Amino acid sequence: MHLILFFLFAGFCLAGAINLLLQTHPINSALSLIVVMTSLAVLYLLLGAEFLAIAQIIVYAGAVMVLFTFVVMLLNAGREERTLGSRAALPIGFPAVVALLAVLATILLRAQGLGAVRLGDRLTNAPGQSNLVVLSQVLFHELLLPFEVTSVLILIAILGAVALARADGSKMGGAERTAEK
Amino acid sequence: MSFLQHDVPLSWYLLLSAVLFSLGVIGFLIKRNLITVFMSIELMLNAVNLSFVAFAYQWHEVRGQIFVLFVMMVAAAEAAVGLAIIIAVFRARATLAVDRIDLMKL
Repeated sequence: MHLILFFLFAGFCLAGAINLLLQTHPINSALSLIVVMTSLAVLYLLLGAEFLAIAQIIVYAGAVMVLFTFVVMLLNAGREERTLGSRAALPIGFPAVVALLAVLATILLRAQGLGAVRLGDRLTNAPGQSNLVVLSQVLFHELLLPFEVTSVLILIAILGAVALARADGSKMGGAERTAEK
Repeated sequence: MSFLQHDVPLSWYLLLSAVLFSLGVIGFLIKRNLITVFMSIELMLNAVNLSFVAFAYQWHEVRGQIFVLFVMMVAAAEAAVGLAIIIAVFRARATLAVDRIDLMKL
């Protein structure tokens, strides 16, 4: 069962990622990225990270990708044009990526002590403690300060996004006013 | 059906993560649209998250999962700011092709 689920959703993942590269329209790329993120959520479930699976769907497949599709539609982004540039990407980039993947695969396949993943394994052996209990205990006791700092970071990011994306008030207003005249 | 009872080696998850990361790098190199390049970065972040979760499983260490949570939060903030920058760039240049966005100053 585990094997079948793994292959199914790993296949979805890879197919979505490859489709992201092949599509020329950004909206299609965004939709295939949603497929990748949702199947990653299932893989998190297989690895015993229930909270992260739900957070992955809500935060990534939900919020972030809605933002992406919204911006794609707002900017009316058409098909990408294959123009000049990226001459260095082909001769240097691809061998570098292949070498990186080969090194990583060699290290991972030769690594000792990596066990097997068994469905239903939990992070603790303590009775009556789910993964969620352990996670929240650590998160809200030891790591409370980083958690709060991150919430402040998100607040600052929201303010920065609003400040960046807002049309320049004086310029825009002036243009509209001259247009009205 | 012994096939159904099989466990999956952890290295397969890590290998999947490595392949996804490489696909993200390739996308970063070959895509010519600013938004799609940004999506490739998100793909790389997700690949790294998968290996974090896999290692958290391997060592029964919940801090790995918490780190993924923090990565998600920072990535959400990054996506918001990045897309705002893309909107600002589009407003100034009226294009999303990365080849044409090669100057900081207009």
